Order: sequence, then structure tokens, then C-alpha cells
Amino acid sequence: MEKTYNISVFTENSIGMLSRISLIFTRRHVNIESISASPSELEGIHRYTIVVNVTEEQVEKLVGQIEKQIEVLKAFFHLDDEVVYQEMALYKIPTSMFSSDGNTEKILREHNARVLTIETEFTIVEKTGHSEDIKNLFDALKQINLLEFVSSGRVAISKPMKTLEKHLEELKTIN
Amino acid sequence: MSQEIRGAEVVIKCLIAEGTHTVFGYPGGAIMPIYDAMYDYKDTFKHILVRHEQGGIHAAQGLARSSRTVGVCFATSGPGATNLVTGLADAMIDSTPLVCITGQVASHLLGTDAFQETDVIGITMPVTKWSIQITKASDIQAAIAKAFYIAKSGRPGPVLIDITKDAQFGMTSFDYKFCTEIRSYNPMPTLKVDALKEAATLINSAKKPYLVIGQGILLSNAEKELLAFVEKSGIPVASTLLGLGAFSPDHNLYAGYLGMHGNYGPNIKTNECDVLIAIGMRFDDRVTGDLSRYAKQAKVIHIDIDKSELNKNVPAEIAIHSDAKGALTELTKWVDAKSHDAWLQEFKDCDKIEHDMVINDAVNPTSNELKMAEVMNKLSEKTKGNSIVVTDVGQHQMITSRYYKYKKHIGNITSGGLGTMGFALPAAIGAKVGAPSEEVIAIIGDGGFQMTIQELGTIMQSKIGVKIIVLNNNFLGMVRQWQELFFEKRYSGTDIENPDFVAIAKGYGIESAKVSVRENLDSALDAMLNHKGAYFLEVVVEQEENVFPMIETGAAVSDIRLN
Repeated sequence: MEKTYNISVFTENSIGMLSRISLIFTRRHVNIESISASPSELEGIHRYTIVVNVTEEQVEKLVGQIEKQIEVLKAFFHLDDEVVYQEMALYKIPTSMFSSDGNTEKILREHNARVLTIETEFTIVEKTGHSEDIKNLFDALKQINLLEFVSSGRVAISKPMKTLEKHLEELKTIN
Repeated sequence: MSQEIRGAEVVIKCLIAEGTHTVFGYPGGAIMPIYDAMYDYKDTFKHILVRHEQGGIHAAQGLARSSRTVGVCFATSGPGATNLVTGLADAMIDSTPLVCITGQVASHLLGTDAFQETDVIGITMPVTKWSIQITKASDIQAAIAKAFYIAKSGRPGPVLIDITKDAQFGMTSFDYKFCTEIRSYNPMPTLKVDALKEAATLINSAKKPYLVIGQGILLSNAEKELLAFVEKSGIPVASTLLGLGAFSPDHNLYAGYLGMHGNYGPNIKTNECDVLIAIGMRFDDRVTGDLSRYAKQAKVIHIDIDKSELNKNVPAEIAIHSDAKGALTELTKWVDAKSHDAWLQEFKDCDKIEHDMVINDAVNPTSNELKMAEVMNKLSEKTKGNSIVVTDVGQHQMITSRYYKYKKHIGNITSGGLGTMGFALPAAIGAKVGAPSEEVIAIIGDGGFQMTIQELGTIMQSKIGVKIIVLNNNFLGMVRQWQELFFEKRYSGTDIENPDFVAIAKGYGIESAKVSVRENLDSALDAMLNHKGAYFLEVVVEQEENVFPMIETGAAVSDIRLN
């Protein structure tokens, strides 16, 4: 049965890593729902969060292939309830919306959104949350007037307490 | 601080430091500084000019496999580099250690569609174990050190280093340090003694234990350890295509060759054993047939150095991430000394059936035309199984694997996983260079021969003493066989009109002969084997011969057909 899996990958920060990792999905005809990469708490080590809808067997094999890459230090996969995750979205709306439509302020309050900047022509609103939350605000603003929308990939941290450093130590003792 | 030298010279010095004395390659604009640097190392560093980069990389593969070292090839940017792709994919799936060095346009031209610029790293990423682009001379030595370490350690594979022309021209000091560790890479897992003990317990309790081995035995130099384990445990052993040569075919416990065109017993018994021990093999679909009906009755012990192979195709009762040598050494300590005579006899009975129904007729045919099997059987007898036999892909390959009795551990070089037609001729060149004192014989079909036939030029120029046998049936035989069996004999695109091969070989100055009648086969093979230096022999064989036994696609191993 397909489920949503959060794959966390820790890699060296070298050219082409993203390609090497994404190719593993391409080759197996698996679509990446979202992907994000950033530095981790360890210097020089990058961290990816990749979200896919696959079976457990598929995700095990994907992670096996990811870990096989020379410059991947470690890869894990978790179900949604095993991680804390978040996405961020930016919405551009006309500033005039606040005066022309009485609902705008209410919508932003209800969705716990934040105004980042107000220009004469437009206002940028930020919302963090799960993708449903982001989608809900999108739907509400779209009904009035949404000029532009962008959202980030998911970032996720697993609930179990084993830190990456611990895993790295284990890797070293194996070596 | 030592004197600064060009990056191009650093490349040569690094390769020499890694023990590489022969490379196969083809020059071009973006790799000219390296070729220029090579000019000063003629005495210690040999370059063999191939006729096409694909030939270069297959030759490097042949060298890697016959000499058990890392094969190296050079190619220029753009088309030179893209011509390596087939060889990279072949080496990747067949775990062959290679370091491929490609020239690249100068770094300021990257991404500009400059002449002969192509995204080599991007193109080759899925078919390399590791790759890197170098844009500074000072980065070359660390990259080459890392490349060799990665190529040969763990599950070996091809590595590509793309070096921009300005990096080749750039000046840097040379102070070579071997790479011995990469923090994100663990090529030699610690021996899991507990798991191995558990495996030994399972083996000791088995009534019908069965061992299947693959190239992992050869890659970890575990032939002796394998023999010790098999002799102590008394377990029948069968081999995959790439594992042939790891265990003597004359040994009483040798059961035979696995897979689609393998031996009858080894396939049938897979679905009758109670414990299946798989070492250094990856349960390829050509070995397993229908996975849902593969060894379901057996408890599987799978030992492989590539962790991602464990539980990939066949779920294992006990999966052990280990190299073959270490695991076998440990296992041998814990298994009981036993014999399984009744079980072994079942294999022998199958063997008799296969002899009666397939082999006897194949090697002593009554037909007018020559059969591939009789040629290979004769060759095996005449060489006593002691040659390095390099096969291409197709019917001749399956026949050779069935009928050649590989006695040498390095005796079997073939394109297994990728099934690359055109592999054999250049790979045989490399195999001969890598093991000059061995007799190297390429066995090729008339189709595959024409895919890399230009390498006859390499044989001529570099005086490579390989023997070449083309089994000519004037068909793309394996596809034709499938068309006959599964597509109602609709021979679409498989009849092939061939040139005068003997004349072509002669044109390259290679001693040549052609044989088409049985009376002359012995003398033709003798003439070839007695000839010093390269020799080409065309053997005209029956046009529509089929290879049997056969496990049809989607069938279970136990459904293997004998005819």
C-alpha cells in the first residue's frame, strides 16, 4: 500500500549530489512530491528532505540506493507521524484588497498568517504549516484576489532521539 | 615545495603511482595536454590507441578482469566521452573497477555549448559509481587517489574524472597520497560473526543445502575459501554466468551453471533445496526466472558486499552484509563436516537427463552443419579449459558458458548484466594486455563482431596476440530464437547479410581462416591455437540452432525446458 514517506538524506556538500539522488527516483519511475536541501547542524554536511508516496518496499529500496552513493553519509525514512514537519508559503495579494474586501484581515487572522511587507501595490503574506493549512489559505485568498503564490518543499525532523552525530560515530567505528 | 608541473603530467604520475602502466584511449582536442604529457613517459607508461572510445573502455574492462587491477581509459570531451557510456553502464552492472579520464573544454567555456562540450558528468551519473569534474590542476591528485580507492573497494565499479583543459595546463606541485578512507563510504563492513554463526546453524540443520555463487567470489579473491567451505560442508555449488571460473567444473560438488540457459539440475534443484546459500550474487532475473516462484520452499541465506542487494529481489531469512572472503572463512569454521550424497545424486541424475536430452547431441551432432556447442566443446578440450575466454552477447555466449569448462579463475570474461553486443573483441584485447602470458580467445557472433569490428585495427597496430572465433550463423541468433519460439517465426530484422570476414581480418594483417565442415574443425582450431600472435577464425554454423535448456521469460526456474 502506498503511503507518504519522509526521506532524510545526509550528504557531503559536493557538486552534483542533488542530481545523483534525484536520478535514483527517476530511474525507478517514482515521482518526488517535494524536496528541499539545506545545511545540517554539522558543518559541511547537507540535509535533504524528500517526500514520496510509495510502498514500504519501494521506500526501503530507494533509501538503500541513496545510501549506496559514495558521498551520502546516511539516509532514513519515516512516516508522517514519526516526524515533525513544516512547509512555508508566500502569497502576493493587492494591498487594495484590505480596503475593498472586508474579509481579508479576518482570513489572515484565522489562518495565523503573517504580513511580511506592504507596498503600495501589493502585500506579501507568509504562512507556515502543513500543506493542507497552506492550501486552505490559498483557497481563501484565491476567491478574492491572489496575484502570486509560492511554497517551499517540506522540511522534516524525525522524532526519535538518535542524532546524526551518533550515526556518524557508528560509521567510523565500522570503518 | 617540490617543483610545479602541469596538471596533465600530474595525471600520468598519479596513474603510475597507482600501478597503471597501460591505458586505452583516443585523443582529441580537450585531452591533448594529457597526451602531450604522456609523450615524456613512453618508457614507463603505455598508451594503446583504440579505434573507438567504446573499444577503449571495453578493453579497460577486459584488462581489469584479467589482471584484477583497475582498468584505465582516456577519451576526449563531447563525443569521445559520450562513447564511453555503454562501457560505463556495463562496468557498473558487472562491478568492474575502472577509472575513466575524460578531457573537458576549458572551465570558462563550461555550459556555453562550446565545440565538443557536453555535460559528461550529468550524462554518466547513473552509470558511474562516482564521478567528479576537475577545474583546477591542484585538485587532480586527490581526485585520482579517491577514484582508484572507490573503483576497486567494496563492490567495484567505474569512476569517471572529467578534467577541464585549463586544469590540465595549470601548474601544481606533485605529492601523491593514496586515499584510504572516505567518511561517507564504508566499503568493507565488519564481519557479523553472530549472523554468520546463525547461518552456519541453519546450514548444519539442512537436509538439502544448496550454494549458489556469483562474481563476488572472484572479486574478493575468495576461490580458496569457497573450495574449503564447499569441501567441508559437502554442499553442491552452482554458479551464475559471471561466477564461472570461481569453482572448478571438474569438482564432484560442482552442480553447474545457473540461469535462463544454464544447466538443468542447478535450476530445478533451486526449487527443491531447503536452504539456499547465495554468496556474491544478486539474484538477477536471468537467474531467478519468476521471482514469485523462486526458491519459495527454501530458507535463504544471502551474503553480499552491496547492502542494497540484500532483500532486493529475494527476501532472505538471514541477510549478511559482508564480502565473500571474510564470510566464507568464518562460515567454514562453524559448519559441520558433512556429505550429502543422496542430495548430490539428485543433481547427478539431472545431469544425466541433460546429457541424454541435450548435451550428447549438441557436442556430437549428426547434422551436416556445424553446431556451436561442438565447436565450444572442442575448444574447451583442446585448451583444457585453461584459456581466458571472452564472450560477446547472444547464443554463442550462452553456448560458451555451457560448454567451455573454465579452469582459470580469470578465465571467463563476458558482458553479463548489461548484455553489451560488441563487448568481446575490445575486452579480449584488454584481457590479453592484462594477462599477456595467457591464451585469450574471443568468441563472438556475427552480429556483435560488427559492432566493434574496427578494433581489429588496434590488434594490428599494437600486435595484440588474441585469438578470435566468430560463430557465424548469418542471423542475430538469440533474437531469432525468441522470434521462432515466441513470435511465430516472424523473423523481423534478424537475418543479417555479412561481409567476407576473413578478407576483412586479412586486410588488418591478421592471419585468418574459415571453416564450415566438420572434418576440418579440428585442424582449423589447431591451426589457430598453434599460431603465435593474433588469429581470426570464422566458423560457419547451423543457421537456426536454438540454445537449450531454456527458462522462458516469466517461467519458474523449475519449468526449465530441455527442448
